[in-house]
Amino acid sequence: MFNLKSEARGFIAHGVSACAGCGMELIIRNVLDVLGSDTTIVIPPGCSALFCGFGNETGMKISAFQGNLENSAAYATGISRGYRAQGNDHTKVVAFAGDGGTLDIGLQALSGMMERGEDVLYICYDNEAYMNTGIQGSSSTPYGTSTTTTPGGKTVQKKDLLGIAIAHQIPYCASATVSHIPDLRKKVEKAKHVKGPSLLHIHCPCPTGWGFDTAKSVEVCRKGVQSGAWLLYEYENGKIRVNVKPKELLPVKEYLMLQRRFRKMSDEQVGALERAIREQYEKLLEKEE
Amino acid sequence: MLNQQEQHTKKLQKCRVLGPCAVEFAAANTGSWRLERPIVRFNECIKCGTCQRFCPADLITIDKGKKECVDIDMNYCKGCGICANECPKKCIDMVDERSVG
Repeated sequence: MFNLKSEARGFIAHGVSACAGCGMELIIRNVLDVLGSDTTIVIPPGCSALFCGFGNETGMKISAFQGNLENSAAYATGISRGYRAQGNDHTKVVAFAGDGGTLDIGLQALSGMMERGEDVLYICYDNEAYMNTGIQGSSSTPYGTSTTTTPGGKTVQKKDLLGIAIAHQIPYCASATVSHIPDLRKKVEKAKHVKGPSLLHIHCPCPTGWGFDTAKSVEVCRKGVQSGAWLLYEYENGKIRVNVKPKELLPVKEYLMLQRRFRKMSDEQVGALERAIREQYEKLLEKEE
Repeated sequence: MLNQQEQHTKKLQKCRVLGPCAVEFAAANTGSWRLERPIVRFNECIKCGTCQRFCPADLITIDKGKKECVDIDMNYCKGCGICANECPKKCIDMVDERSVG
């Protein structure tokens, strides 16, 4: 087993080389705290690969596997089926990928996994660009964001991952964020007990890529929920439930002005984003009824 | 990179482990990154645990019995300041590391 060179309270070492104020670190600690030691995790290259370690050192006390960027879901399927073939029906196999490894490069493997109904929990931490390689835009980057590949602001809206998952009619999928930790933990707990594919889409603040002070990570995400830029809902057994329903959405400007990545947006673009967000929120509330 | 892989594969051959395999649970010295240090004003603290919940590195322990109720592990604290920003009583100050000495 592991040769413990340092102490840690949970399943992750305290000193991991994620940036100061990184939301991903907060997410994975809470996720593994809920899932427990009977978990195998598949991590593609990306920011989260640092938890698997380098050389013969690791930052995790559970078994972790670093695959390729495009096929985390396929690897997780193989591991899950291998366990079941050996008669092990309790170990939860988790894939933990970023938005690039989920929405762009890994989408076909994820779609196949959801279609076949494999017993895998897929977690996408969404920091809305390729942060590990230097802030290139992904299909999850929101409208108007400037990244190194969209220097003048992205011209199209972001992909709807949960919409894609719901179209596959999987048993459970939900969105979560780091400013609502009890809600996040409840959703991981639910997904843990699902037999079949489940998907969690978690908003992950990135001080380096989004351009805000490291202390504001949680505050930015909270503003995202209050302004409707990030909607918290879950899809369970064919029904949609909205978890946080702000009566009056904050102006999206309050969320945007905290971050440097939106600084090039004109008033017209902000208006277009605001309209798109409100429309999406109303549609979601309609679907719930 | 190739050499590194071969080396690990050869070394682990006796244990019948295939491929490079990480078996040492280690931690980096992230405390050395810190530019600002969180200092808690204990007389104003209400021991709500908000800082503990949001610490990304899970370094905060709350001991309600003690006077110095909030313990932050400075060996790993990166000094991000999330605890100070989220504190409902605003009783955590971020102090320049050089002034602490």
